[in-house]
Amino acid sequence: MSADYVLMKGNEAIAEAALRAGCRFYAGYPITPQSEILEYMSVNMEKHGGTFIQGENEIASMSMLFGASAAGARVMSSSSGPGFDLKQEEISYLTSNNLPAVLVNSMRYGTGDGEITPGQDSYWVSTRGGGHGDKRLIVLAPASVNECAELTYLAFDLAEKYRNVVEILTDGAISQMIEKCTLPPAKEHDIDKFDWTLTGKPLGVKKNKMNNLTNIIGHPAYSEMMLNKFKTMFAEEQRWESVETEDAELVLVAYGISSRVCKTAVREARRSGIKLGLIRPITVWPFPRKAFEALPDSVRGFVTVEMSISSQMGEDIMMAAKNSRPLYGCLTNVNIPRAKQIIDFCRDVLSGKIEPMEVI
Amino acid sequence: MADIIFAGFGGQGILTAGKILIDVAAQHVKNICWTSSYGAAMRGGTASCSIIISDEEIGNPYPEELDILLAMNEPSYHKFIGDVKDGGYVIVNGSLMGDVEYPKNVNVYSVDATDIANGAGNGRAANLVMLGAMMKATGLMDADSFGESLNSYFEKKGRNTPSNLECYRLGMEKAEKK
Repeated sequence: MSADYVLMKGNEAIAEAALRAGCRFYAGYPITPQSEILEYMSVNMEKHGGTFIQGENEIASMSMLFGASAAGARVMSSSSGPGFDLKQEEISYLTSNNLPAVLVNSMRYGTGDGEITPGQDSYWVSTRGGGHGDKRLIVLAPASVNECAELTYLAFDLAEKYRNVVEILTDGAISQMIEKCTLPPAKEHDIDKFDWTLTGKPLGVKKNKMNNLTNIIGHPAYSEMMLNKFKTMFAEEQRWESVETEDAELVLVAYGISSRVCKTAVREARRSGIKLGLIRPITVWPFPRKAFEALPDSVRGFVTVEMSISSQMGEDIMMAAKNSRPLYGCLTNVNIPRAKQIIDFCRDVLSGKIEPMEVI
Repeated sequence: MADIIFAGFGGQGILTAGKILIDVAAQHVKNICWTSSYGAAMRGGTASCSIIISDEEIGNPYPEELDILLAMNEPSYHKFIGDVKDGGYVIVNGSLMGDVEYPKNVNVYSVDATDIANGAGNGRAANLVMLGAMMKATGLMDADSFGESLNSYFEKKGRNTPSNLECYRLGMEKAEKK
């Protein structure tokens, strides 16, 4: 076998792919389980002629990132749990200025300090969050180390294409595991290629300003532009993987670490005659509603598998499924689901022992 | 192909032993996955890593049933022995095992890894003794070429010593079926 791969942690693959995508500015602050991103950038960013800064905190790091983005650089920051909360205000400001940025949220479990172990209960802060005001973030959810690299590389292009914040939503398990990874080719980004950046202009030429766009183009131009952007991103950027849904009786819905366990559950359940399928959202915003179109009549229900107390993805599944079938919740909160647990749950659903979940 | 757990005290080189294994295995099989317990583990605390080696796509990265358990101390043995499949392999560090009655449904091999490594003047290489014992017991990979790869793993890191390979070979020689 040729050595066209490297062995890396998910976090390292994210950082290396960012450098290869032309990211030349990183500012952040350490927090488990994403600190290897910061560590990798601290070692390698300088070799690429970029700037690495460990800010005094998350808020300051985000303000630095704002400045670098306004100057046209490809920029990234990363955090987890309470650290990611602190980035919300600046995400809103990036949006109000139509600035591209890539942020990584490696989910740990719980509210407050919570745990440092993997979790999936920051789905809402990622898909609904981003601070105050009306905005959408494209949120990509890798489920392998290879996808950590692939989606991070893509994230920079999407951020630039839509002049929008793009988030990589990973978790402590995907971030920390080592797998084979095929790295994308390295490319350079031209910081001067945009007409909107703060570059300095010759005497007498009108200079660009960075300000809330509403102050520059006003209402309703701003709202029309943003709504168009939301609609285009929603229509164009849905990504997912469907596994054995063609004849499934129950379709599992899961992303990140849970989707990995679900893949094993589908394989093992089918060996004992239980026809499970899986829809794995790769974008959690836009949620892949298209994946739920044209499912076969054999599908009797959906089972969301999430590491949270209540279902956070359930609303999205219900909207996508248009109430066509009941939704069940296999919610494992602080624990990583086990394949056997998912199969037992599905067996109980099919024999009528488990009631559909009310999404609250 | 194999679902494996390495477990022991923090500081025994558990995670490193796992990384050496995947480094070599990745050259021969399609997919590998390494996960570890992370967090408040420290020297003297518990440490473990799970490894899956497979030509199929790897779903769940955390094995639920084990083909191979490598236990570098007794608490780790007791923690994971119940997860080993019938006919699976268990390699224990005889230096740190008390009087244990081993189950009949699995193949248990013992090697005095801590004593052997100390005797070779390379106390930190008890994990390599264990790897040697594991290769002999399971035949998971060609034992000699694994030894060569082990050498190049440490050479890449720039801190190899001939005693590393020696400890690995002693593990192969001295492992005994229980």
